[in-house]
Amino acid sequence: MARLTRPRRAASTNPLKSSAPLGAAMAYLGIEKSVPLFHGAQGCTAFAMVHMVRHFKESIPLQTTAMNEVSTILGGAEQIEEALVNLKKKANPRFIGIASTALTETRGEDVPAELAEIMKRRKELADLKVVYASTPDFEGAMEDGWAKAVTAIIDALVPEIDPVWRDADLRQVNILPAAYLTPAEIEEIVRLVRAFGLRPIVLPDLSSSLDGHLADDWSGHSLGGTPLDAIPAMAKSAVTFAIGESMADAAHLLGARGHMPVQVFTSLTGLKAVDAFVDALIGVAGIADAPPAVKCDRARLQDAMLDAHFQIGGLRYAIAADPDLAYALSSALAGLGAEAVCCVTTSNHNPIVDLIPAEEAILGDLGDLEEGARAAGATLLISHAHGRHAAAALHLPLVRAGFPVNDRLGAQDICRVGYRGTRAFLFEVANAVLAHPHHPRPEDFGAAPIEREFEHDRPQTAPH
Amino acid sequence: MSDALKDTVQQAFNEPACATNRAKSADDRKKGCAKPLTPGAAAGGCAFDGAKITLQPIVDVAHLVHAPLACEGNAWDNRGSASSGPMIYKTGFTTDLTELDIVMGHGEKKLYRAIREIVEKHRPPAVFVYATCVTSMIGDDIEAVCKAATEAFGTPAIPVDVPGFAGSKNLGCKLGGEMMFRHVIGTQEPERTTEYDINIIGDYNLSGELWQVKPLLDKLGIRILGSLSADARYKQVAQMHRARVTMLVCAHALIGLARQLEETYGIPFFEGSFYGISDTSDALRQMCRMLVERGADAALLDRCEALIAEEEAKVRAELEPYRAKVAGKRVLLYTGGHKSWSVVSALQELGMEVVGTSVRKATENDKARVAEIMGTETHMFENMAPKEMYKTLRASGADILMSGARSQFVALKARVPWVDVNQEKHEPYAGYMGMVDLVRAIDRSVNNPMWADVRRPAPWDEARRAGGPRPMLRDRCPVSGFANDPTDFEDC
Repeated sequence: MARLTRPRRAASTNPLKSSAPLGAAMAYLGIEKSVPLFHGAQGCTAFAMVHMVRHFKESIPLQTTAMNEVSTILGGAEQIEEALVNLKKKANPRFIGIASTALTETRGEDVPAELAEIMKRRKELADLKVVYASTPDFEGAMEDGWAKAVTAIIDALVPEIDPVWRDADLRQVNILPAAYLTPAEIEEIVRLVRAFGLRPIVLPDLSSSLDGHLADDWSGHSLGGTPLDAIPAMAKSAVTFAIGESMADAAHLLGARGHMPVQVFTSLTGLKAVDAFVDALIGVAGIADAPPAVKCDRARLQDAMLDAHFQIGGLRYAIAADPDLAYALSSALAGLGAEAVCCVTTSNHNPIVDLIPAEEAILGDLGDLEEGARAAGATLLISHAHGRHAAAALHLPLVRAGFPVNDRLGAQDICRVGYRGTRAFLFEVANAVLAHPHHPRPEDFGAAPIEREFEHDRPQTAPH
Repeated sequence: MSDALKDTVQQAFNEPACATNRAKSADDRKKGCAKPLTPGAAAGGCAFDGAKITLQPIVDVAHLVHAPLACEGNAWDNRGSASSGPMIYKTGFTTDLTELDIVMGHGEKKLYRAIREIVEKHRPPAVFVYATCVTSMIGDDIEAVCKAATEAFGTPAIPVDVPGFAGSKNLGCKLGGEMMFRHVIGTQEPERTTEYDINIIGDYNLSGELWQVKPLLDKLGIRILGSLSADARYKQVAQMHRARVTMLVCAHALIGLARQLEETYGIPFFEGSFYGISDTSDALRQMCRMLVERGADAALLDRCEALIAEEEAKVRAELEPYRAKVAGKRVLLYTGGHKSWSVVSALQELGMEVVGTSVRKATENDKARVAEIMGTETHMFENMAPKEMYKTLRASGADILMSGARSQFVALKARVPWVDVNQEKHEPYAGYMGMVDLVRAIDRSVNNPMWADVRRPAPWDEARRAGGPRPMLRDRCPVSGFANDPTDFEDC
């Protein structure tokens, strides 16, 4: 179990983490007809937007309050007001999610109070829901920003219901996915929940907004996501399931609002992890058996574990990712006997770091990954796309996981959760190992090369 | 079957150097050692397969299969013999006969052209031409074609006349060796010879196993002059007749070739194995003793003993850390049988328990030795059908099965760890260092946490706990008929 360590150095080489506001913006994009708004300078927004555009291959309607020198000194309330009014006019969203940045947080602004004033004053914003999350860049990583945004949405939009008159819908289940879950993964979770006759409400739901579909019309807001009306209705659900430890706070807030039980699943990758989730679904559904499709998927995963353990058993790999993702993937691989010889992560806010099956988790960057992997003799890297430089330097295969994956297509389709997703992940890792076969050479064993005199003296083409 | 082929097969059956054969009556001897194949219950390869396995590891030769596509198309590029240089042996050459070729008798012409194309394009030291069932049946005379091609193109074309229907894979191995003796061995003279030149027959350098042993020979100054066919060059086969001693590596199939080398060229041979610590030491000792008998410096014996002492101490020290991880584990061995005693004793030394071993290819001598090592004969078993093996695995409480790839899935489906110890394996386990690799592989497999997970009951098979978030009855009450909730349970 990992001990969190901080390298004693000033320079960060090849950053691993993406910033908290970016995570918040991505969460806001999982709400229907939404526009995320950065309260900060124009550049903060541009960088984050381009980052997401290149990952999702979609236009991202991320907007900015465009703080300038004067507003930075005198206060940004006017900038927010102007941005809201302009956005309302231009894109007609039903939801605007504001994320603060390092700039405005360093200055120190009471945005919630200003926002209440603005909403009171501006009648044209009456039917617009505006949510604010404090997400300074200097605090935490992408998954923290995402979690804070979701907490802010719940806080603003989910009413507390009276426990005495609680009229729960016992087939409705709240799902709070962590930042690392791709649209395809959310879809897989939804499929599992539905298979047990339950109706999930996913907050936020990227599977209909950033899944990469061609819309009929151009729109200046998100292309889909959790329906706004469904968010207050979450208070009436039977139970709240959080996927990823980073979502625990948001889940407990939601549980408190609706007086319902809460369960946090630290991972949905790996047989045991999925079993625990399915077990909970069986409990909520109140049935004794599982649907045939789920049973079939589990049996297939078992067989995949048998087939893939030859490659994954004893594999020494290095991983760099946000805590929840690092835990999900490394715990699944540990289940097949692989060893995380180097683990780099991004945030010290997530207690799951302690449970990562590695000796230590370095709060560091991709430079740490490269050095750690080299020192420990890793034979495979798991990281987001920027890990390719370390992989090239070390001549190792790279399994791309996390954000961003901007040098490959289809990042939104990668699914590593559920029985099916775990099976695909095991094959992915095993195939990465197989694609880099080791060809034995005499010198590997300390044997002298064959004598020249036995070699054929005429040229031979070597077709391989 | 042509008369010439019949004779060859008959000769192969009459093997004076083979103890099994000597023990037989004259009548039995004539029937041969290949058990008749049972239609509907045969799973092994054919004679052509055996010949190809034996010869394909000769790495600089072009191996041309004269056949319709199946013989090469379904079988090429699946062996793990490693090469330290040329890679042409991995290229799949075949004449890919069509219906028209067969009906019109174009086979020989097509073969001749194929040899020319290969010689012109790749310039190998030799082309091996494999006959197969169809080309033998239609009467293609590959020997004549090879002779003509050799003369015309100046590159030896070697006929390997071992069609599949001649018999089993084992017979094919024998005949492959016989073809080398007839057509290749003795056709070239080495540039130089030493008193420390040996032949190694019956090793195929799977995943580099030869190179796990070669450092030992390098240290003793022993040179591999001839090889059939681990990392072999054509010259090493052609010059075999000048070695001082032949080592026959755990392969009864090629004993005939070793005997012929002794009878024709006076090269004595011994049978040895590089699997396991004691067998490796024994093989080195005997090799050195025989080299000294044939004129090598007697100091070789002392150097050999010193090397063995050093290497054994080293390997035991390297194995020690694994003792705690593998001690008490129960092993079931299902291999050719005779190559496993030495491995068995090494595993026992580490505190593992061998609960059974197959003796399907073993002789009476072999069986006696197994009984000696294992204590009783009760743990020996003959051929096993997959279903029986599945049962045995579950009944014996074995923690691990060590076998060939054919029984891999029997073990895995029985949720029992498995280590590949046959020719398809991807890791080398020869010599002293190979023993460490083998034990490491056992540790990695048997101690993989996956086994506990895969044996866990599914969530729906577990007894349900009381409590937890459960829905109230919202559908129509089965007793009163009152509906709690008009919306229906959503279909799954």
